[in-house]
Parts: sequence; C-alpha cells; structure tokens
Amino acid sequence: MIRTAGPRRGAPRTGVDWFLTFLRVAALTVIAVGLLAFIWQEIDADNPFARVVNPDATGLSGEQFRGLVVSGVAQGCMYGLIALGYSMVYGVLGFINFAHGEVFMVGAMTGMITSNKLADAGWWESNFIGSLLLIVIISMIVCTLTAVIMERVAYRPLRGAPRLIPLITSIGVSFFIQNAALVLLGPTAKAYPDVPDWVKDKHTFLQIEGARILVVVVSAVSMAVLWYLVEHTKGGKAMRAVAEDAEIAALMGINVNRTIVRVFAVGGAMAGLAGILWGILFRSVTHLTGFLPGIKAFSAAVVGGIGHLGGAMAGGVSIGVAESVGPLVILEPLGVSGVSQLRDAVAFAMLIGVLLIRPSGIFGERLPAEDRT
Amino acid sequence: MTADEQPSEAAPGVTDAASGAAGAQAHEHETPQAPPRPLLAQDWRRLLRMGAVGATAQMFLALSNMPLRLDDRLLIKPILSFGYLSLLFVPFVVGNRVGHQIKREGIPTHAAGAHEVIGGAVAGAVAGAGVSLMALLLANFDLREPLVNWSPQLADLLAFGNSTGFAVFIWLLLGGLSGAAGGAMRLLRPRIRRVAVTMILTVGLISVMETLVTDLAEGMRFEWLTDRVYARRGGVNWNWALILAAVSGLVSVLARGRVRRTRERIASLEGASRNRANLGLIALTGALLVILPMFTGKLTNELLANVGLFVLLALGLNVVVGLAGILDLGYVAFFAVGSYTAAVLTAATSPRINPELPWFVALIFVVGITGLVGLFIGAPVIRMRGDYLAIVTLGFGEIIRLLFLSDWLSGWFGGSQGIVRIPGAGIFGLASVDGTDPRAVFYLVLAFCALTIYISWRLERSRLGRAWMAVREDETVAEAMGINTVNVKLMAFVVGAVLGSFSGAIFSAKVGSVFPNSFLILVSIVILVVVIFGGMGSIPGVIAGSAVLIGVLGGPRQPGLLAEFSEYKLLIYGALLIWMMLARPEGLIPSVRRSRELHQQEMAQDAWLREQLDEEANGGGSLRASAATS
Repeated sequence: MIRTAGPRRGAPRTGVDWFLTFLRVAALTVIAVGLLAFIWQEIDADNPFARVVNPDATGLSGEQFRGLVVSGVAQGCMYGLIALGYSMVYGVLGFINFAHGEVFMVGAMTGMITSNKLADAGWWESNFIGSLLLIVIISMIVCTLTAVIMERVAYRPLRGAPRLIPLITSIGVSFFIQNAALVLLGPTAKAYPDVPDWVKDKHTFLQIEGARILVVVVSAVSMAVLWYLVEHTKGGKAMRAVAEDAEIAALMGINVNRTIVRVFAVGGAMAGLAGILWGILFRSVTHLTGFLPGIKAFSAAVVGGIGHLGGAMAGGVSIGVAESVGPLVILEPLGVSGVSQLRDAVAFAMLIGVLLIRPSGIFGERLPAEDRT
Repeated sequence: MTADEQPSEAAPGVTDAASGAAGAQAHEHETPQAPPRPLLAQDWRRLLRMGAVGATAQMFLALSNMPLRLDDRLLIKPILSFGYLSLLFVPFVVGNRVGHQIKREGIPTHAAGAHEVIGGAVAGAVAGAGVSLMALLLANFDLREPLVNWSPQLADLLAFGNSTGFAVFIWLLLGGLSGAAGGAMRLLRPRIRRVAVTMILTVGLISVMETLVTDLAEGMRFEWLTDRVYARRGGVNWNWALILAAVSGLVSVLARGRVRRTRERIASLEGASRNRANLGLIALTGALLVILPMFTGKLTNELLANVGLFVLLALGLNVVVGLAGILDLGYVAFFAVGSYTAAVLTAATSPRINPELPWFVALIFVVGITGLVGLFIGAPVIRMRGDYLAIVTLGFGEIIRLLFLSDWLSGWFGGSQGIVRIPGAGIFGLASVDGTDPRAVFYLVLAFCALTIYISWRLERSRLGRAWMAVREDETVAEAMGINTVNVKLMAFVVGAVLGSFSGAIFSAKVGSVFPNSFLILVSIVILVVVIFGGMGSIPGVIAGSAVLIGVLGGPRQPGLLAEFSEYKLLIYGALLIWMMLARPEGLIPSVRRSRELHQQEMAQDAWLREQLDEEANGGGSLRASAATS
C-alpha cells in the first residue's frame, strides 16, 4: 500500500492514531446515516426515520436524481481527462504538477478564441462537426506546447531536487499562467458561440442533453486511444518503464528525457480536449476556470489510485457524481441548508476521506518508485 | 559565482552583492586561464535562442499592456518610465545572461572580452526585434477580439509617437544597446560594477519610495528638498537623478568594502560581544520603527501596518514551511479562523453568539480555538507525504472558506454578508485601535511582530526547533534518532496556526469587518511567495521578503508603493516563485543551514573541484582534459 497515511507497521498507536480512527468512523457514520435516511425517504416519504434529523427534507424525484447523476458523470469524465495528466506525470516524475489545471484553462481559452473566429467566418454554423474537430486539434496542439514548454523551462532543471521544490515551482507556474491569461485576455468571462440545437436539447433517448452524451462519448474514445498508446506501443512501453524505474529504463536504452516530454505532451493534449468539452458544456470560460477543476482532477487521480490510467477516469467519474449528488443525498437529510454551495467542499472532503480510509485509491496497487523500498 | 573565475578578480572572497551566499562558497583560488576562443564561433545558436526567448518575453510584456499602463509612473522625469523600463529590461538581462552562459560552460573559461558586448548586443537586438515585430503586427492587424490590450495607443507608445518603420528600427537599436550594456556589465571589475549597481539601485529605490519619502518629508519638514528631487508624483527629476547617482557612487567608492568588512567583523565576533552587537542592531531597528511612524501620514502608516500583518503571517508560515518543512498551502485557514473568532467574540453584530468581549480577552480564545483547529486539520494530514499534504491543506483552506460562506453556517458567521462593525482592539482601557488610526494599528502590529519574532527565534534554538529541522532534513533519520515525528510535526502545525491567528485577530479589528472573500487561497500563495522569496527558515529573510514584496508591490488586496503595478503583481509573484526555485531556492537572505541542505551537491562538487585544481597545480592535468571532452 502506498504509505501516504497510517502508522508504520509495528509502531505504537498514539493519540493521533486514535483521533484518526475516530475521524474515519465519524466520516463513515455521517455518510451512512445520510445515505440511509435518503434511501428511506425515497422508499416512503413519510417514514419517521427519514425525518429524524431534517424534518424538511424533500428527497428527490427519479428524474432529478437521474439528471444529477448524468451531469455528474459528464463533469466527472472531464475531471478524468485532466486527471490523466496528473496521474501520468506523477507516475514518471513523482511530483504533482500543480499547473496542469491551467493547461486545461489554456485549452478552454484556445477553444473560445478559435470557435469565435470560426463563428465570425460562418463555419461554426454551417459545419459544426468539422469546426469542432478543428478547434479540438488546435487546442490540443496549443496545450501540448504549453505543457512541453512548462516542463522544459520549469521542471527539467529541477530533476532530482528535493520533492517539494518542483511542487512549489509548479504552484508558481500555475499562478503565472493564470495571471498571464488575465492580463492578456482580460478578467471578464468569455462565451463560446451558440451551439446547434441537437447539442443543447435533451434527446428522446434517456432525456439527456446532447452535449453530455458528446462529453461522455469523446472521453471514452480518447481514454481507449490513450490506453492503446500506453499499453501497446513502444513509446507507451517506454513510459511505463520510466514510471517503474527511470534509472534502469535509461540503462535499457530508453531516452528518459524524451519519454518525460512525451508524457507531458500526452497529458497536455488530454487537458486540451477536456478544455474544449468544458467549453461546449458550460459555454463560458475565465482565467480562473482551471483552478478548481484542476484540484478536483488531482483528487480524482488520487481517488482512482495515482499512476493508474483507468483509475484516473474512474476517480474522475466518482468525484463528479459525488459532488453533484452528494450534497443532496447525504447532506440534505442531515439538515444542512443551502447544500449546493457545498459542492466544492464535498469534492475536497472526498479527497481527504479517501486519503484517510484508503490512501492507495480505488485501483491503486502500483507503487510510485520512492515508496517501494 | 562565475565572477571569481575571471583572472582579474581572483582575489579571494570578492563577490558582488548579487551573487550572495552562492558566491561565498565559490572557489577561492587562481583559476588557470584558458586559451581565448574564436569570437562567438560556437555560440551563435545560443545567442539566437536566448534572443528568441527575450523576444517572446518582450511580445508578452507588450501585449500585457504593461508599457502603456506603467507609462504614467516615471522613474526619472522625463527620460524613463516604468513602461519603457519593462521593455528595456529584458534585452539587458538577455545580454547579461548570454555572457554569463558562455562563461559557465566548462570549468576554465575564456577571458572576458569584446565578445561579451557583441554577443550581448546581438542577443539584445533579437530580443528587441520582438517589440519591432509587435509594432508591425499592431499596425497591420486587428486582434482586439481576444487580446484586450491590442490598441492603437500601444502602437503609438512603441513607436514613440512616430511611424511604424521608426518603431521597428528604434527597438532593434534600443534592444541592441541595452543588450550590449548588459554584456558590458560582465566586463567591469567587480569593484566598479558594485559602484555602478549602487548608483542604479539608489536612484531606482529613491524613485520607487517616492510616496514614503515625501510623506516622511512632510512630517519632518524637509519638503524643500523633496519638492526639488521629485517631480510631483512623477519620479525623480533628471538633474537630481544625476546628483543622486553621483553622490551614491561617491559614497560607494569611499566606502570601498568597508560595509562588508564591518559586517564580517560583526559576524566573526564571538559570544557575548556578538550578542551585544546583535542586540544593539535590533534596538536600533526597533527604535527607528517606533519613531518613524510619528512623522509619516496615514497612507504610509497603512502601508507599514499591512507589511507588518504580512510579516506576522509569513513568520507563522515560516515555522511550518521553513523550520518543519511541511508545505502548508491552506495557511489562510488559520488567518480566517483567527479573524472570525475575534469578530464573533468582540462584535455586537455577530449573528449567533456575541459576548462582546474586550479584544485582549478574545485573543486568548482566538489562540485556543485556532490552536485546536490547527490540531484538527493537522492530525489527518500529518502522516501524508509532503505533496499530498500540500494539496489536502489547500483543500482544507478552501473548505473553511466555503463553510464561512455557506448558508448552513450563516446563522453563526453571517455567510456572504460577513460580520461587520467589529470594534477596534482595546488595549486595557487605554486606547482603542481600529482602522481609522493606522498609526496605532501599526504599533499594535509591531508589538505582535516583536513577540512573534522572539517566539520564532527562541523556538528555532529550542529542542523542538532542532527536532523540526531534523524532520525537515530527513524524516526517517529523525525518527531513528528518537524524535516522535508525528507529534513534532503536529506541534509545528499548531504553532503556525497560533501565530497566524494573531494576524487574523488584528486584521478583523483593523478592517472592522470580515468577509469570506478576504480569505481566498490566493492569500496562502502570496504568503508562501513571501516566505520563499525572503528565505525559508530565515527570520530576517522573511521580514525582508514581506517588506520588499508587500511594501513595494502590495498584498492580495492591499496596494503597495507601486500602486500602478497592482494589475501585474500576481503575475510577478508567480514568475518570482518560479525564478526563485530555479535560481536561488534558499531565498533572499538565506538561513545558513537551509542553504547548506539545498546546495549539498554543489558544495561537494566545489570541494572536489578544488581538490582537482590543487592537484593540477601540483603537476597533474586531468581536469583540463576531462573538461574538454565533456
């Protein structure tokens, strides 16, 4: 198990351990009570147990619940796409690239600029799919370049430095990119052009908006492509080798630097794709767009088990669903008012909870190099 | 560090002020002179690459509207504004770095010569070409749609009001000149360079501190002087700039290393006399800080109070990050909890509980509650590895803000309305300190700073402090030495939290209201930048860092001396953080121990090098050969 938390085997239990055990139990109890009360309420709205904590709880209709889950899954897919970058970089370099969320923002911004230019030229309406492909490609290229330049300028000189040094640098990079976007493009929220009706409207099939279907399908396809790249190509094998042990990989004739650049490039491309999907789904972007999704995507990577590709996606979807459903399902039956304000808090709480209860994440068996010894 | 490799400056220990600690450990011996290389033969690619980097930076600066926005703020009237300085600065640095890089290749390098200047000029001209290109683009295209700063005014500024062709030409020329000057800086003997740097810095500093100096002048009645030196809110008059440069140059020539020698003498003092010297210095600084605000106006005192608040916060974070090596990105949480606790306990308008305690009584609860919150946040995260811990603390920082903001707890903390009309800090019935009197706030902050500095200083030398440093250096070894790492790290969290809460309590009394939006993650990051810029683990460093960054550029919401920079300060902070980590991770005024940790490898290399060179001097010769092959 990754030793991110928990006492060392054989160490005496201290006050901190008891406190942590208490926290774990308390967290699980709160979730269980909230969940049970919610289920009870759904079974029978007048059930006294359902109202034991919050007499005003209303519960959710099936339609509402499905809507929440679908929007959670769509958003989670985007988190998953961003999380891939965190996860892969963590796999090969062993540090959190805090600035990865900003690469996503750069992608969304690039999409905004290009799609508006295309809309001015009239192509956006006449050939939506074609222009969408075009902006995806442009945004992926821009994001790849951003990520690669970032690696070259800020991270490569720090290879081998104490672990916190590159992390602090990446905070600086994140801050810099965010504010560079602010001074270049201005502080106002910028809109994507209008999308065709089939994207906006709910479809007869399952009553889901086209944009959400699009997001899920695109994420699934790109995930499959990425899985093929990593598992079945020579470059992917090199990535896995470097993640396993960079030194030995170098001895086997793998160009470690090039592999690391490739990892950043792939992560950047995925973030660029996620940026476009974000733009299609929410149709608005600011310089702060990258910050929270970035942190949540990192949480997703941790929840899924960092260094694990499928885990990143699974983690993304679970964070997305948890933050969209969690407040109403768990917190509202517990009598918390104004729950939708606590979405972000739920996402962070999930990160903390996972680190407390299962630090290696859902799929995390593979260990980063430093922890194996 | 490279300065010493020049034969002309082989005198031991002579380093320019800028290279500081890293330079101090440079080799103090005669470096054998390498045969002169053909002029720039192998360096064209690097010149062009550096130039291209500079050109990109120039275009970015132009598009960020910095030249236009900062053009109002003159450095020297009427020659130089910050706007043009921002553009001229890049070729200068590029020119200087090109020379620097040529010199660092291999160990024994070529003697400095004309190619430093030529190389600098070429690279500078390439960088200047970025502005030229920008001027051309501005004249011929309209990209106003995504780029908000794409304006004819900018084009006009870049062309100095003339045609585009003139702009293209003049920026190539200016870039070349500036780059050449940058390269030429490397040719100067260190003593002359020091004088030049002193002259530039003096004029720059006096110009930057205009508001402060004029304010002080009004209080101390020497406006007659400042009225002449400064063109009313418009920088130093050019004739006075010359006079100031001449005077500072003269002083620098006359002092000739006396300052350094005095400092070394103090540093070499032992025991009691060292303590006496230190105490004298501290007493002098303290007296100055007590007397100075009596002569300054409201704005300056406000600025001083803000700087003091950030000194408090930074000292608290310094315990966590600098001493114990725990990267806490959610430090703002403790600031927030401190502010809110003080607000709830003292304000009559607090929604749920309002005991209206006197401020000092409330402070006891503030310390207790923040300590508990520190314990509560610290316990789950303390076993996590450094990087996970950073993100999780960031999450906690955000959760705390969201909770204060939420409707759920608005019955307690007022939600987005916050808590308003918080009374000032009453000092045992003697006086009430609130935002209307920044001078009193400053004295209150000063008192707490003194207390915090004393606490940190004692802690650093205590058993606990040594345990923190051991944990920072190597946790496994520390544990093997019998340190209970969990408890020790938890203590760091709690102490940091308590120190941060002081600042929070003063903040709520000073501003008179607390809103969740004052406690964004941004604040955490700015404090982190201050600590890292000043020097992790170094108390004087952290104080200097806050004074320079918060005083000159300003805090997240507080304006600094250069109010015109407010749009760009966060950008600058980000760049500064990257640059510090790459070039000088030990900070402005490094703590000796910390910089040793960070440069372990380099110091080992230096020792090895010295050994090899000694061997070579005694007849060996392996190093030259190995350097040539690498």
